[in-house]
Amino acid sequence: MKRFGNRLLQMLVTLIGVSFLTFCLTYIAPGDPAMMVLEAGDTIVSEEMIEKTRHEMGLDKPFLVQYVNWVGGAIHGDMGISYSAKKPVTEKLAEGFAGTLLLAGVTIAFVLLISLPLGIWSAVRQNEWPDYLVRFCSFIGVSMPNFWLGLILLYVFGLKLGLFPIASSTVTAKGVVLPALTLAIYQSTKYVRQVRTVVLDELHQDYVVGARARGLSEQAILWKHVLPNAVLPLITLLGMSIGWLLGGVAVIEIVFSWPGIGNTAVRAIMMRDYPLIEGFVLWIAIVYMFINFLVDLSYAYLDPKLRKGEAG
Amino acid sequence: MEKKMEFIRQHRLFTFYTVLVLLIVLVALFAPYLTPQDPMEGNMKNVLQTPSSEHLLGTDKLGRDTLSRIIAGTQVSLFMTICLVVLLAVVGLLVGIASGYFGGKVEMVLMRFADMMLAFPGVVLAIAIAGILGGSVVNTILALLVVGWAKYARLVRSLVIKLRHNDFILAAQVNGTRTRDILWRHVLPNILPMVVITGAMDIGTMMMEIAGLSFLGFGAQPPTPEWGLMLNEGRQYIQTAPWLMIYPGLAIFIVVAIFNLWGDSLRDVLDPRQE
Repeated sequence: MKRFGNRLLQMLVTLIGVSFLTFCLTYIAPGDPAMMVLEAGDTIVSEEMIEKTRHEMGLDKPFLVQYVNWVGGAIHGDMGISYSAKKPVTEKLAEGFAGTLLLAGVTIAFVLLISLPLGIWSAVRQNEWPDYLVRFCSFIGVSMPNFWLGLILLYVFGLKLGLFPIASSTVTAKGVVLPALTLAIYQSTKYVRQVRTVVLDELHQDYVVGARARGLSEQAILWKHVLPNAVLPLITLLGMSIGWLLGGVAVIEIVFSWPGIGNTAVRAIMMRDYPLIEGFVLWIAIVYMFINFLVDLSYAYLDPKLRKGEAG
Repeated sequence: MEKKMEFIRQHRLFTFYTVLVLLIVLVALFAPYLTPQDPMEGNMKNVLQTPSSEHLLGTDKLGRDTLSRIIAGTQVSLFMTICLVVLLAVVGLLVGIASGYFGGKVEMVLMRFADMMLAFPGVVLAIAIAGILGGSVVNTILALLVVGWAKYARLVRSLVIKLRHNDFILAAQVNGTRTRDILWRHVLPNILPMVVITGAMDIGTMMMEIAGLSFLGFGAQPPTPEWGLMLNEGRQYIQTAPWLMIYPGLAIFIVVAIFNLWGDSLRDVLDPRQE
Protein backbone atom coordinates (compact mmCIF):
# COMPACT_ATOMS: atom_id res chain seq x y z
CA MET A 1 0.00 0.00 0.00
CA LYS A 2 2.87 2.32 0.85
CA ARG A 3 4.22 1.82 -2.64
CA PHE A 4 0.97 3.06 -4.14
CA GLY A 5 0.88 6.00 -1.74
CA ASN A 6 4.28 7.06 -3.04
CA ARG A 7 3.12 6.59 -6.59
CA LEU A 8 0.15 8.87 -6.03
CA LEU A 9 2.40 11.52 -4.53
CA GLN A 10 4.78 11.25 -7.45
CA MET A 11 1.85 11.58 -9.85
CA LEU A 12 0.67 14.71 -8.11
CA VAL A 13 4.14 16.25 -8.32
CA THR A 14 4.29 15.43 -12.03
CA LEU A 15 0.87 16.95 -12.68
CA ILE A 16 1.81 20.18 -10.94
CA GLY A 17 5.21 20.28 -12.63
CA VAL A 18 3.94 19.65 -16.14
CA SER A 19 1.04 22.08 -15.83
CA PHE A 20 3.36 24.72 -14.39
CA LEU A 21 5.80 24.26 -17.26
CA THR A 22 3.02 24.65 -19.84
CA PHE A 23 1.68 27.67 -18.01
CA CYS A 24 5.12 29.28 -18.01
CA LEU A 25 5.44 28.64 -21.73
CA THR A 26 2.16 30.28 -22.58
CA TYR A 27 3.12 33.17 -20.34
CA ILE A 28 6.44 33.86 -22.02
CA ALA A 29 5.18 33.06 -25.52
CA PRO A 30 4.85 35.95 -27.94
CA GLY A 31 1.39 37.45 -28.43
CA ASP A 32 -1.18 38.93 -26.08
CA PRO A 33 -4.13 36.59 -25.36
CA ALA A 34 -6.48 39.52 -24.79
CA MET A 35 -5.60 40.81 -28.23
CA MET A 36 -6.27 37.39 -29.75
CA VAL A 37 -9.66 37.05 -28.10
CA LEU A 38 -10.66 40.46 -29.38
CA GLU A 39 -9.41 39.76 -32.87
CA ALA A 40 -11.26 36.44 -32.94
CA GLY A 41 -14.43 38.29 -31.89
CA ASP A 42 -14.30 40.66 -34.86
CA THR A 43 -14.50 43.74 -32.67
CA ILE A 44 -12.60 46.94 -33.31
CA VAL A 45 -9.57 46.71 -31.07
CA SER A 46 -8.84 49.79 -29.01
CA GLU A 47 -6.34 50.31 -26.23
CA GLU A 48 -9.22 50.65 -23.79
CA MET A 49 -10.87 47.41 -24.92
CA ILE A 50 -7.60 45.52 -24.53
CA GLU A 51 -7.16 46.79 -20.97
CA LYS A 52 -10.73 45.84 -20.13
CA THR A 53 -10.41 42.35 -21.62
CA ARG A 54 -7.09 41.83 -19.87
CA HIS A 55 -8.79 42.67 -16.59
CA GLU A 56 -11.76 40.38 -17.30
CA MET A 57 -9.44 37.50 -18.15
CA GLY A 58 -7.32 38.09 -15.08
CA LEU A 59 -4.25 38.76 -17.20
CA ASP A 60 -3.33 41.88 -15.22
CA LYS A 61 -2.70 39.80 -12.12
CA PRO A 62 0.81 38.53 -11.21
CA PHE A 63 1.92 35.31 -12.86
CA LEU A 64 1.69 33.07 -9.79
CA VAL A 65 -1.80 34.32 -8.93
CA GLN A 66 -2.88 33.49 -12.46
CA TYR A 67 -1.45 29.99 -12.15
CA VAL A 68 -3.05 29.32 -8.76
CA ASN A 69 -6.41 30.58 -10.06
CA TRP A 70 -6.10 28.29 -13.06
CA VAL A 71 -5.23 25.24 -10.92
CA GLY A 72 -8.13 26.09 -8.61
CA GLY A 73 -10.47 26.13 -11.57
CA ALA A 74 -9.04 22.93 -13.04
CA ILE A 75 -9.65 21.05 -9.78
CA HIS A 76 -13.31 21.97 -10.08
CA GLY A 77 -13.38 20.88 -13.70
CA ASP A 78 -13.19 24.40 -15.09
CA MET A 79 -10.27 24.85 -17.44
CA GLY A 80 -11.39 28.16 -18.84
CA ILE A 81 -12.85 29.13 -22.19
CA SER A 82 -11.17 28.27 -25.48
CA TYR A 83 -10.22 31.48 -27.34
CA SER A 84 -10.86 30.10 -30.78
CA ALA A 85 -14.02 28.05 -30.22
CA LYS A 86 -15.60 30.26 -27.55
CA LYS A 87 -16.56 27.08 -25.74
CA PRO A 88 -15.41 25.67 -22.40
CA VAL A 89 -12.07 23.87 -22.78
CA THR A 90 -13.47 20.75 -21.11
CA GLU A 91 -16.18 20.53 -23.76
CA LYS A 92 -13.65 20.82 -26.61
CA LEU A 93 -11.45 18.16 -24.99
CA ALA A 94 -14.38 15.81 -24.48
CA GLU A 95 -15.37 16.15 -28.15
CA GLY A 96 -11.90 15.25 -29.32
CA PHE A 97 -11.45 12.50 -26.79
CA ALA A 98 -14.34 10.44 -28.17
CA GLY A 99 -12.57 10.16 -31.51
CA THR A 100 -9.21 9.42 -29.92
CA LEU A 101 -10.71 6.71 -27.72
CA LEU A 102 -12.22 4.90 -30.70
CA LEU A 103 -8.95 5.20 -32.63
CA ALA A 104 -6.95 3.86 -29.68
CA GLY A 105 -9.31 0.93 -29.17
CA VAL A 106 -9.26 -0.19 -32.80
CA THR A 107 -5.49 0.29 -32.94
CA ILE A 108 -4.91 -1.95 -29.91
CA ALA A 109 -7.14 -4.61 -31.48
CA PHE A 110 -5.11 -4.43 -34.72
CA VAL A 111 -1.84 -4.51 -32.82
CA LEU A 112 -2.81 -7.71 -31.03
CA LEU A 113 -4.11 -9.28 -34.25
CA ILE A 114 -0.86 -8.51 -36.06
CA SER A 115 1.79 -8.99 -33.44
CA LEU A 116 0.62 -12.01 -31.44
CA PRO A 117 0.46 -14.51 -34.34
CA LEU A 118 3.60 -13.13 -36.01
CA GLY A 119 5.56 -12.99 -32.75
CA ILE A 120 4.61 -16.54 -31.81
CA TRP A 121 5.31 -17.82 -35.32
CA SER A 122 8.68 -16.13 -35.28
CA ALA A 123 9.58 -17.67 -31.90
CA VAL A 124 8.37 -21.18 -32.68
CA ARG A 125 10.32 -21.22 -35.96
CA GLN A 126 13.36 -19.49 -34.51
CA ASN A 127 16.22 -19.00 -37.00
CA GLU A 128 14.16 -20.33 -39.87
CA TRP A 129 12.66 -18.32 -42.72
CA PRO A 130 9.51 -17.20 -40.87
CA ASP A 131 11.66 -15.78 -38.09
CA TYR A 132 13.92 -13.93 -40.53
CA LEU A 133 10.95 -12.60 -42.49
CA VAL A 134 9.16 -11.32 -39.40
CA ARG A 135 12.33 -9.74 -38.03
CA PHE A 136 13.07 -8.09 -41.35
CA CYS A 137 9.55 -6.62 -41.55
CA SER A 138 9.82 -5.45 -37.97
CA PHE A 139 13.08 -3.65 -38.77
CA ILE A 140 11.52 -1.97 -41.81
CA GLY A 141 8.61 -0.83 -39.67
CA VAL A 142 10.83 0.63 -36.95
CA SER A 143 12.72 2.78 -39.44
CA MET A 144 9.67 4.04 -41.29
CA PRO A 145 8.24 7.40 -40.20
CA ASN A 146 4.64 6.61 -39.29
CA PHE A 147 3.19 9.72 -40.88
CA TRP A 148 4.80 8.72 -44.16
CA LEU A 149 3.35 5.22 -43.85
CA GLY A 150 0.00 6.92 -43.24
CA LEU A 151 0.33 9.02 -46.37
CA ILE A 152 1.20 5.97 -48.45
CA LEU A 153 -1.74 3.95 -47.11
CA LEU A 154 -3.94 6.96 -47.76
CA TYR A 155 -2.64 7.21 -51.30
CA VAL A 156 -3.01 3.50 -52.10
CA PHE A 157 -6.21 2.54 -50.28
CA GLY A 158 -7.93 5.89 -50.22
CA LEU A 159 -7.06 7.48 -53.54
CA LYS A 160 -6.08 4.70 -55.92
CA LEU A 161 -8.36 1.89 -54.72
CA GLY A 162 -11.05 4.12 -53.22
CA LEU A 163 -11.71 1.64 -50.41
CA PHE A 164 -11.63 4.16 -47.57
CA PRO A 165 -12.44 7.83 -47.19
CA ILE A 166 -9.38 10.08 -47.55
CA ALA A 167 -10.54 12.44 -44.82
CA SER A 168 -13.09 11.92 -42.08
CA SER A 169 -14.16 15.07 -40.31
CA THR A 170 -16.65 13.05 -38.28
CA VAL A 171 -16.18 9.78 -36.42
CA THR A 172 -17.04 6.92 -38.79
CA ALA A 173 -16.39 3.19 -38.73
CA LYS A 174 -14.80 3.25 -42.18
CA GLY A 175 -12.71 6.29 -41.45
CA VAL A 176 -11.02 4.73 -38.43
CA VAL A 177 -9.53 1.79 -40.36
CA LEU A 178 -6.59 3.49 -42.09
CA PRO A 179 -5.36 5.64 -39.18
CA ALA A 180 -5.70 2.66 -36.83
CA LEU A 181 -3.84 0.42 -39.27
CA THR A 182 -1.03 2.97 -39.63
CA LEU A 183 -0.61 3.24 -35.88
CA ALA A 184 -0.94 -0.52 -35.45
CA ILE A 185 1.78 -1.33 -37.99
CA TYR A 186 4.13 1.10 -36.27
CA GLN A 187 3.34 -0.26 -32.80
CA SER A 188 3.43 -3.89 -33.91
CA THR A 189 7.08 -3.65 -34.86
CA LYS A 190 7.85 -3.32 -31.17
CA TYR A 191 5.28 -5.87 -30.05
CA VAL A 192 6.39 -8.58 -32.46
CA ARG A 193 9.92 -8.43 -31.01
CA GLN A 194 8.58 -8.44 -27.48
CA VAL A 195 6.21 -11.35 -28.08
CA ARG A 196 9.01 -13.27 -29.78
CA THR A 197 11.44 -12.68 -26.88
CA VAL A 198 8.89 -13.58 -24.23
CA VAL A 199 7.74 -16.75 -25.99
CA LEU A 200 11.36 -17.79 -26.63
CA ASP A 201 12.16 -17.28 -22.95
CA GLU A 202 9.27 -19.47 -21.95
CA LEU A 203 10.08 -22.15 -24.51
CA HIS A 204 13.51 -22.61 -22.93
CA GLN A 205 12.13 -23.11 -19.43
CA ASP A 206 12.49 -26.45 -17.69
CA TYR A 207 8.76 -27.03 -17.48
CA VAL A 208 8.55 -27.07 -21.26
CA VAL A 209 11.23 -29.75 -21.41
CA GLY A 210 9.27 -31.64 -18.78
CA ALA A 211 6.04 -31.34 -20.70
CA ARG A 212 7.75 -32.56 -23.86
CA ALA A 213 9.17 -35.50 -21.93
CA ARG A 214 5.70 -36.37 -20.75
CA GLY A 215 4.69 -36.58 -24.40
CA LEU A 216 2.51 -33.48 -24.61
CA SER A 217 2.02 -32.22 -28.14
CA GLU A 218 3.83 -29.03 -29.14
CA GLN A 219 0.43 -27.40 -29.72
CA ALA A 220 -0.75 -28.18 -26.20
CA ILE A 221 2.49 -26.91 -24.67
CA LEU A 222 2.24 -23.68 -26.61
CA TRP A 223 -1.41 -22.91 -25.94
CA LYS A 224 -1.81 -24.23 -22.40
CA HIS A 225 1.53 -23.45 -20.84
CA VAL A 226 3.68 -21.03 -22.76
CA LEU A 227 1.16 -18.40 -23.86
CA PRO A 228 -0.55 -17.83 -20.50
CA ASN A 229 2.87 -17.16 -18.99
CA ALA A 230 3.81 -14.82 -21.79
CA VAL A 231 0.87 -12.49 -21.19
CA LEU A 232 2.23 -10.72 -18.14
CA PRO A 233 5.20 -8.90 -19.70
CA LEU A 234 2.97 -7.73 -22.52
CA ILE A 235 0.63 -5.89 -20.20
CA THR A 236 3.18 -3.22 -19.31
CA LEU A 237 3.87 -2.65 -22.97
CA LEU A 238 0.15 -2.44 -23.70
CA GLY A 239 -0.33 0.10 -20.94
CA MET A 240 2.42 2.29 -22.35
CA SER A 241 0.88 2.04 -25.81
CA ILE A 242 -2.55 3.06 -24.58
CA GLY A 243 -1.07 6.10 -22.89
CA TRP A 244 0.83 6.94 -26.05
CA LEU A 245 -2.23 6.44 -28.23
CA LEU A 246 -4.38 8.67 -26.07
CA GLY A 247 -1.85 11.47 -26.14
CA GLY A 248 0.78 11.33 -28.79
CA VAL A 249 -0.86 10.50 -32.08
CA ALA A 250 -1.45 14.06 -33.24
CA VAL A 251 0.58 13.47 -36.40
CA ILE A 252 -1.57 10.57 -37.60
CA GLU A 253 -4.80 12.34 -36.68
CA ILE A 254 -3.65 15.25 -38.82
CA VAL A 255 -2.70 13.01 -41.75
CA PHE A 256 -6.15 11.44 -41.84
CA SER A 257 -8.02 14.55 -40.65
CA TRP A 258 -9.36 12.37 -37.84
CA PRO A 259 -11.34 14.42 -35.30
CA GLY A 260 -9.35 13.37 -32.24
CA ILE A 261 -7.80 15.16 -29.32
CA GLY A 262 -4.38 15.39 -31.02
CA ASN A 263 -5.97 17.17 -33.93
CA THR A 264 -7.69 19.56 -31.51
CA ALA A 265 -4.36 20.21 -29.81
CA VAL A 266 -2.42 20.93 -32.98
CA ARG A 267 -5.08 23.40 -34.12
CA ALA A 268 -5.10 24.98 -30.67
CA ILE A 269 -1.33 25.44 -30.88
CA MET A 270 -1.54 26.92 -34.37
CA MET A 271 -4.17 29.41 -33.19
CA ARG A 272 -2.33 30.08 -29.92
CA ASP A 273 -5.43 29.05 -28.00
CA TYR A 274 -3.58 28.93 -24.65
CA PRO A 275 -6.39 27.72 -22.34
CA LEU A 276 -7.03 24.83 -24.70
CA ILE A 277 -3.31 23.94 -24.88
CA GLU A 278 -2.97 24.05 -21.10
CA GLY A 279 -6.11 21.96 -20.69
CA PHE A 280 -4.87 19.46 -23.24
CA VAL A 281 -1.48 18.95 -21.62
CA LEU A 282 -3.00 18.55 -18.17
CA TRP A 283 -5.63 16.16 -19.47
CA ILE A 284 -3.06 13.98 -21.24
CA ALA A 285 -0.90 13.92 -18.12
CA ILE A 286 -3.85 12.71 -16.05
CA VAL A 287 -4.88 10.02 -18.54
CA TYR A 288 -1.32 8.81 -19.07
CA MET A 289 -0.58 8.48 -15.38
CA PHE A 290 -3.93 6.95 -14.57
CA ILE A 291 -3.28 4.23 -17.14
CA ASN A 292 0.22 3.58 -15.84
CA PHE A 293 -1.27 3.27 -12.40
CA LEU A 294 -3.83 0.73 -13.67
CA VAL A 295 -1.05 -1.23 -15.35
CA ASP A 296 0.83 -1.40 -12.06
CA LEU A 297 -2.27 -2.58 -10.26
CA SER A 298 -3.04 -5.24 -12.87
CA TYR A 299 0.58 -6.36 -12.71
CA ALA A 300 0.34 -6.80 -8.98
CA TYR A 301 -2.88 -8.72 -9.42
CA LEU A 302 -1.81 -10.97 -12.27
CA ASP A 303 1.63 -11.86 -10.94
CA PRO A 304 1.11 -14.58 -8.34
CA LYS A 305 4.46 -13.76 -6.71
CA LEU A 306 3.43 -10.18 -6.00
CA ARG A 307 -0.09 -11.20 -5.00
CA LYS A 308 1.19 -13.67 -2.44
CA GLY A 309 3.68 -11.14 -1.20
CA GLU A 310 0.88 -8.75 -0.37
CA ALA A 311 -1.28 -11.42 1.31
CA GLY A 312 1.56 -12.66 3.49
CA MET B 1 47.44 -0.75 -40.69
CA GLU B 2 47.59 -4.45 -39.82
CA LYS B 3 45.44 -3.79 -36.79
CA LYS B 4 42.94 -1.82 -38.80
CA MET B 5 42.55 -4.62 -41.32
CA GLU B 6 42.05 -7.05 -38.46
CA PHE B 7 39.32 -4.85 -36.98
CA ILE B 8 37.56 -4.61 -40.34
CA ARG B 9 37.74 -8.37 -40.79
CA GLN B 10 36.26 -8.96 -37.36
CA HIS B 11 33.49 -6.40 -37.72
CA ARG B 12 32.51 -6.65 -41.37
CA LEU B 13 28.92 -5.49 -40.82
CA PHE B 14 29.93 -2.56 -38.65
CA THR B 15 32.47 -1.48 -41.26
CA PHE B 16 29.88 -1.72 -44.01
CA TYR B 17 27.31 0.36 -42.10
CA THR B 18 29.97 2.87 -41.12
CA VAL B 19 30.80 3.35 -44.80
CA LEU B 20 27.11 3.96 -45.52
CA VAL B 21 26.88 6.44 -42.65
CA LEU B 22 29.98 8.23 -43.93
CA LEU B 23 28.39 8.42 -47.38
CA ILE B 24 25.34 10.16 -45.86
CA VAL B 25 27.61 12.53 -43.97
CA LEU B 26 29.51 13.30 -47.19
CA VAL B 27 26.26 13.99 -49.03
CA ALA B 28 25.25 16.33 -46.20
CA LEU B 29 28.60 18.14 -46.18
CA PHE B 30 28.86 18.56 -49.93
CA ALA B 31 25.13 19.00 -50.57
CA PRO B 32 25.56 22.39 -52.29
CA TYR B 33 27.88 20.81 -54.86
CA LEU B 34 25.79 17.69 -55.41
CA THR B 35 22.41 19.21 -56.18
CA PRO B 36 21.67 19.10 -59.92
CA GLN B 37 19.64 22.32 -59.62
CA ASP B 38 19.31 25.12 -57.11
CA PRO B 39 17.06 23.72 -54.32
CA MET B 40 15.71 27.16 -53.43
CA GLU B 41 15.25 28.58 -56.91
CA GLY B 42 11.71 28.14 -58.21
CA ASN B 43 10.60 28.34 -61.79
CA MET B 44 6.92 29.02 -62.35
CA LYS B 45 7.11 27.40 -65.79
CA ASN B 46 8.02 24.06 -64.20
CA VAL B 47 5.36 23.78 -61.48
CA LEU B 48 4.46 20.23 -60.34
CA GLN B 49 6.31 18.46 -63.15
CA THR B 50 6.20 14.65 -63.13
CA PRO B 51 9.57 12.93 -62.74
CA SER B 52 11.48 13.12 -66.01
CA SER B 53 15.07 13.03 -67.25
CA GLU B 54 15.37 16.73 -66.49
CA HIS B 55 13.83 16.50 -63.02
CA LEU B 56 14.47 12.94 -61.88
CA LEU B 57 12.06 13.18 -58.93
CA GLY B 58 9.77 15.86 -60.33
CA THR B 59 9.19 19.41 -59.12
CA ASP B 60 7.09 20.99 -56.37
CA LYS B 61 4.43 23.69 -56.30
CA LEU B 62 7.02 26.41 -56.89
CA GLY B 63 8.78 24.50 -59.63
CA ARG B 64 11.75 23.57 -57.46
CA ASP B 65 13.60 20.34 -58.21
CA THR B 66 12.61 17.65 -55.67
CA LEU B 67 15.86 15.68 -55.94
CA SER B 68 17.90 18.82 -55.25
CA ARG B 69 15.74 19.65 -52.26
CA ILE B 70 16.09 16.13 -50.87
CA ILE B 71 19.88 16.30 -51.21
CA ALA B 72 19.96 19.74 -49.58
CA GLY B 73 17.59 18.36 -46.93
CA THR B 74 20.20 15.78 -45.91
CA GLN B 75 22.29 18.66 -44.58
CA VAL B 76 19.41 20.22 -42.63
CA SER B 77 18.10 16.96 -41.17
CA LEU B 78 21.49 15.56 -40.27
CA PHE B 79 22.68 18.83 -38.77
CA MET B 80 19.57 19.15 -36.59
CA THR B 81 19.73 15.52 -35.48
CA ILE B 82 23.44 15.59 -34.62
CA CYS B 83 23.01 18.84 -32.68
CA LEU B 84 20.11 17.36 -30.76
CA VAL B 85 21.82 14.07 -29.91
CA VAL B 86 25.05 15.79 -28.85
CA LEU B 87 23.12 18.24 -26.65
CA LEU B 88 21.11 15.38 -25.13
CA ALA B 89 24.33 13.55 -24.29
CA VAL B 90 26.01 16.67 -22.85
CA VAL B 91 23.02 17.64 -20.69
CA GLY B 92 22.61 14.01 -19.66
CA LEU B 93 26.28 13.81 -18.68
CA LEU B 94 26.22 17.05 -16.68
CA VAL B 95 23.01 16.25 -14.81
CA GLY B 96 23.82 12.57 -14.41
CA ILE B 97 27.32 13.14 -13.06
CA ALA B 98 26.17 15.96 -10.78
CA SER B 99 23.48 13.81 -9.23
CA GLY B 100 25.30 10.49 -9.33
CA TYR B 101 28.67 11.60 -8.01
CA PHE B 102 27.69 14.28 -5.52
CA GLY B 103 24.31 12.94 -4.41
CA GLY B 104 22.39 14.70 -1.70
CA LYS B 105 19.87 17.45 -2.32
CA VAL B 106 21.14 18.15 -5.84
CA GLU B 107 20.45 14.56 -6.78
CA MET B 108 16.99 14.59 -5.25
CA VAL B 109 15.86 17.71 -7.06
CA LEU B 110 17.37 16.75 -10.42
CA MET B 111 16.00 13.23 -10.33
CA ARG B 112 12.53 14.44 -9.38
CA PHE B 113 12.66 16.60 -12.49
CA ALA B 114 13.81 13.65 -14.57
CA ASP B 115 11.04 11.41 -13.23
CA MET B 116 8.54 14.10 -14.04
CA MET B 117 9.67 14.21 -17.65
CA LEU B 118 9.73 10.42 -17.92
CA ALA B 119 6.22 10.06 -16.48
CA PHE B 120 4.75 12.09 -19.29
CA PRO B 121 4.37 11.36 -23.00
CA GLY B 122 7.23 13.39 -24.44
CA VAL B 123 5.84 13.92 -27.92
CA VAL B 124 2.86 15.86 -26.57
CA LEU B 125 5.05 18.23 -24.62
CA ALA B 126 7.50 18.60 -27.50
CA ILE B 127 4.66 19.61 -29.82
CA ALA B 128 3.36 22.07 -27.23
CA ILE B 129 6.79 23.61 -26.60
CA ALA B 130 7.80 23.88 -30.25
CA GLY B 131 4.34 25.16 -31.18
CA ILE B 132 4.12 27.80 -28.49
CA LEU B 133 7.66 29.07 -28.96
CA GLY B 134 7.04 29.20 -32.69
CA GLY B 135 8.34 26.80 -35.30
CA SER B 136 12.04 27.12 -36.09
CA VAL B 137 15.09 24.89 -36.29
CA VAL B 138 16.35 26.06 -32.89
CA ASN B 139 13.00 25.69 -31.12
CA THR B 140 12.53 22.18 -32.48
CA ILE B 141 15.87 21.10 -31.06
CA LEU B 142 15.08 22.87 -27.79
CA ALA B 143 11.67 21.19 -27.48
CA LEU B 144 13.07 17.71 -28.07
CA LEU B 145 15.95 18.45 -25.70
CA VAL B 146 13.55 19.43 -22.92
CA VAL B 147 11.58 16.20 -23.24
CA GLY B 148 14.55 13.93 -23.96
CA TRP B 149 17.35 14.75 -21.50
CA ALA B 150 15.87 12.77 -18.60
CA LYS B 151 16.56 9.38 -20.15
CA TYR B 152 20.25 10.23 -20.57
CA ALA B 153 20.53 11.76 -17.11
CA ARG B 154 19.08 8.60 -15.55
CA LEU B 155 21.44 6.39 -17.52
CA VAL B 156 24.54 8.42 -16.63
CA ARG B 157 23.55 8.64 -12.98
CA SER B 158 23.14 4.88 -12.66
CA LEU B 159 26.51 4.33 -14.38
CA VAL B 160 28.24 6.85 -12.12
CA ILE B 161 26.75 5.35 -8.97
CA LYS B 162 28.01 1.91 -9.98
CA LEU B 163 31.43 3.38 -10.70
CA ARG B 164 31.74 5.57 -7.61
CA HIS B 165 32.36 2.68 -5.26
CA ASN B 166 35.12 1.14 -7.35
CA ASP B 167 38.56 0.87 -5.76
CA PHE B 168 40.32 3.04 -8.33
CA ILE B 169 37.96 5.93 -7.63
CA LEU B 170 38.36 5.49 -3.87
CA ALA B 171 42.13 5.35 -4.32
CA ALA B 172 42.09 8.56 -6.31
CA GLN B 173 39.99 10.22 -3.62
CA VAL B 174 42.31 9.05 -0.85
CA ASN B 175 45.29 10.29 -2.87
CA GLY B 176 43.78 13.71 -2.76
CA THR B 177 43.19 13.94 -6.50
CA ARG B 178 41.10 16.96 -7.31
CA THR B 179 37.44 16.15 -7.93
CA ARG B 180 37.67 17.78 -11.34
CA ASP B 181 40.46 15.40 -12.33
CA ILE B 182 38.66 12.35 -10.98
CA LEU B 183 35.58 13.21 -12.98
CA TRP B 184 37.55 14.07 -16.09
CA ARG B 185 40.11 11.22 -16.05
CA HIS B 186 38.34 8.36 -14.30
CA VAL B 187 34.60 8.81 -14.40
CA LEU B 188 34.02 10.28 -17.85
CA PRO B 189 36.11 7.79 -19.88
CA ASN B 190 34.33 4.90 -18.20
CA ILE B 191 30.79 6.06 -18.86
CA LEU B 192 31.33 7.63 -22.26
CA PRO B 193 31.01 4.41 -24.31
CA MET B 194 27.50 3.67 -22.98
CA VAL B 195 26.42 7.25 -23.63
CA VAL B 196 27.82 7.11 -27.16
CA ILE B 197 26.00 3.83 -27.82
CA THR B 198 22.72 5.24 -26.54
CA GLY B 199 23.19 8.39 -28.57
CA ALA B 200 24.06 6.49 -31.74
CA MET B 201 21.02 4.24 -31.36
CA ASP B 202 18.81 7.30 -30.84
CA ILE B 203 19.86 9.11 -34.02
CA GLY B 204 17.20 7.41 -36.13
CA THR B 205 14.41 8.03 -33.64
CA MET B 206 15.37 11.65 -33.16
CA MET B 207 15.53 12.20 -36.89
CA MET B 208 11.98 10.92 -37.19
CA GLU B 209 10.76 13.09 -34.32
CA ILE B 210 12.33 16.18 -35.85
CA ALA B 211 10.71 15.33 -39.19
CA GLY B 212 7.40 14.76 -37.38
CA LEU B 213 7.47 18.19 -35.76
CA SER B 214 8.33 19.80 -39.08
CA PHE B 215 5.54 17.83 -40.72
CA LEU B 216 3.08 19.39 -38.29
CA GLY B 217 4.46 22.82 -39.12
CA PHE B 218 6.22 23.26 -35.75
CA GLY B 219 9.74 22.67 -37.00
CA ALA B 220 11.77 24.09 -39.85
CA GLN B 221 9.88 26.75 -41.77
CA PRO B 222 9.54 27.29 -45.53
CA PRO B 223 11.52 27.62 -47.70
CA THR B 224 14.01 25.43 -45.78
CA PRO B 225 14.49 22.12 -47.61
CA GLU B 226 13.68 19.90 -44.61
CA TRP B 227 12.24 16.42 -45.24
CA GLY B 228 9.35 16.61 -42.78
CA LEU B 229 8.37 20.02 -44.08
CA MET B 230 8.58 18.74 -47.66
CA LEU B 231 6.17 15.95 -46.74
CA ASN B 232 3.85 18.52 -45.21
CA GLU B 233 3.91 20.57 -48.40
CA GLY B 234 3.61 17.49 -50.58
CA ARG B 235 0.63 16.21 -48.64
CA GLN B 236 -1.61 18.86 -50.20
CA TYR B 237 -0.74 17.53 -53.66
CA ILE B 238 -1.13 13.85 -52.83
CA GLN B 239 -3.65 13.43 -55.63
CA THR B 240 -1.92 15.31 -58.42
CA ALA B 241 1.76 15.02 -57.47
CA PRO B 242 2.33 11.93 -55.30
CA TRP B 243 6.11 12.07 -55.87
CA LEU B 244 6.22 15.05 -53.54
CA MET B 245 5.22 12.87 -50.60
CA ILE B 246 6.85 9.60 -51.70
CA TYR B 247 10.49 10.64 -52.14
CA PRO B 248 11.15 12.84 -49.08
CA GLY B 249 9.62 10.07 -46.94
CA LEU B 250 11.79 7.51 -48.68
CA ALA B 251 14.83 9.65 -47.88
CA ILE B 252 13.92 9.73 -44.18
CA PHE B 253 13.28 5.99 -44.21
CA ILE B 254 16.60 5.08 -45.86
CA VAL B 255 18.71 7.36 -43.67
CA VAL B 256 16.93 6.31 -40.47
CA ALA B 257 17.30 2.63 -41.41
CA ILE B 258 21.04 3.04 -42.04
CA PHE B 259 21.57 4.87 -38.75
CA ASN B 260 19.54 2.23 -36.88
CA LEU B 261 21.64 -0.57 -38.35
CA TRP B 262 24.83 1.35 -37.61
CA GLY B 263 23.73 2.08 -34.02
CA ASP B 264 22.97 -1.60 -33.39
CA SER B 265 26.29 -2.75 -34.81
CA LEU B 266 28.16 -0.05 -32.88
CA ARG B 267 26.66 -1.42 -29.70
CA ASP B 268 27.81 -4.91 -30.61
CA VAL B 269 31.35 -3.62 -31.19
CA LEU B 270 31.66 -1.38 -28.12
CA ASP B 271 29.67 -3.47 -25.69
CA PRO B 272 30.24 -7.14 -26.49
CA ARG B 273 28.66 -8.25 -23.23
CA GLN B 274 25.19 -7.91 -24.72
CA GLU B 275 23.95 -11.06 -26.48
